[in-house]
Amino acid sequence: MQHVDGNAIAGPLAEFFAFDVTTSVARCSGCGAMAELARAMVYTSPAGSVLRCASCDQVLATLVESDDRAWIGFSGVSAIEVRRG
Amino acid sequence: MSFITRGFSGRSRERDDRLPPGQTLVHDFPVLSAGPTPEIDTAEWEFTIRTESGVHRWNWDEFMSLKIDEVDTDIHCVTHWSKLGTRWRGVSLDTLFEDVETQLDYVMAHSYGGYTTNVPLDELLDGKAWVAFEFDGEPLDPEHGGPARLLVPHLYFWKSAKWVRGLEMMDQDEPGFWEQNGYHLHGDPWKEERYW
Amino acid sequence: MSDATATAATGAPAAPVASVPRAGWHVGTVVAVQRETPSAARIELDVATWPGNAAGQHLDVRLTAPDGYTATRSYSIASSGPSARVVLAVDKLPDGEVSPFLVDELRAGDQLEVRGPLGAFFVWRPATDAAAAASGARARPVQLIAGGSGVVPLYAMARAHHDARDLTPFRMLYSARTPDDVYFADELVALEASDAFRLDLVYTRRAPEGWPSPAGRITREALASAALPADEWPLVYVCGSTGFVERVASWLIELGHDARDIRTERFGGL
Repeated sequence: MQHVDGNAIAGPLAEFFAFDVTTSVARCSGCGAMAELARAMVYTSPAGSVLRCASCDQVLATLVESDDRAWIGFSGVSAIEVRRG
Repeated sequence: MSFITRGFSGRSRERDDRLPPGQTLVHDFPVLSAGPTPEIDTAEWEFTIRTESGVHRWNWDEFMSLKIDEVDTDIHCVTHWSKLGTRWRGVSLDTLFEDVETQLDYVMAHSYGGYTTNVPLDELLDGKAWVAFEFDGEPLDPEHGGPARLLVPHLYFWKSAKWVRGLEMMDQDEPGFWEQNGYHLHGDPWKEERYW
Repeated sequence: MSDATATAATGAPAAPVASVPRAGWHVGTVVAVQRETPSAARIELDVATWPGNAAGQHLDVRLTAPDGYTATRSYSIASSGPSARVVLAVDKLPDGEVSPFLVDELRAGDQLEVRGPLGAFFVWRPATDAAAAASGARARPVQLIAGGSGVVPLYAMARAHHDARDLTPFRMLYSARTPDDVYFADELVALEASDAFRLDLVYTRRAPEGWPSPAGRITREALASAALPADEWPLVYVCGSTGFVERVASWLIELGHDARDIRTERFGGL
């Protein structure tokens, strides 16, 4: 299966964040690489979306959606930069 | 009043009495992945069962010399599709556990590529689960988990870990990859155990 | 000045978060649907509540069946600016569930649910005089590299560049199957009237009569000769199928471009 860019899940993430979180730099807890989530590799299926570090492939984040709930996981992110303003 | 798109019906959503609630019938075989498809040569493939007392290993040739079952079963994906009467060949978990001694009741399945999923041991035994290497008369395609995948058809299909490489015995039920990220710890399609 | 230079050097987006309109669901009315290529349609929407969008952004289209079943897909926006008029160009995927509906069924007057504007990373903004003066940084040239329908957001950038009378050099390298498959063909020719924009077309299946190079996939050599070299410090935007973007992006790195100066949008597929 072919991956796309983190940019591609800006839509579903926009439902849960007041800003475009794909423009935020996140640090991979596996290899330490820091990059905008938009640069992460995304594997999307009806089961959910999995963001992987473009440098080491580790799972950074997951997004699972049901009709009435969503689960957002950042299991492989040590921190996310959020710019003020 | 909710929005309806004029002229849109989408793919046909076929209902059938044999389907669990909320499922529709498909005739193709959708591919769902959480990562890149690992390419595993059967020459390097191995399958292990890790218990409190040690590790049981099978290489591909050893694995293929075990008793092989033909399995005809329905499968149900949590993303609302089901397939009826799928045909598989594989080795029963009963066969694999024949010489395995363990007091532990829970299993974490591990896959090439890092995927994990949890299943209680008693849900894998008594003819309920296989490690399958053939689908519909053909070697299992890497997209669908080849060379071999777990097949636990009475649970939602995310439990049937693709590219399975081993089972790890655990003393308590711990969540695997999707179970940590929103999906149900157990995943019975007849009870619609989809999410937490 | 030193701060501005540092920001530019890391390739971080120059615009503050606040300049991006908040995404939300909107109902748009189809103004026109016309053939763009043999397999694609140009769809013009009037979205009264649309907050405007930057060049390169996308939106999600949600189709809802009478029984409540929904299907949602992302499409790049070919237009930009504050206008409520939103233009899409949608390629019909043979086994698709949404694109065949949009290309073959949708007609003027229909209503469509869209979520956006989305994706503030894969965008290009014209340099405003005020911003340029404040940063002291020179505007960076831009290389756009499109594969097939991946041209849609890049066309939006080229058009925004033109409309802003921005003189930063802009180049587009565009790989299309045949001359009939070129999106925005007339518009791109018109943009070429400006010295600040250059278009290089590569045909993969059939080239026009007398075309200097035979039809075939884009090569590393073609990329090296057509694209702005790394020492001109361009921002590079690459959009197309996943396979196309992977190939081009790895060649760009080999040609000396910094990974942080390359922004990609993969559409999936091979």
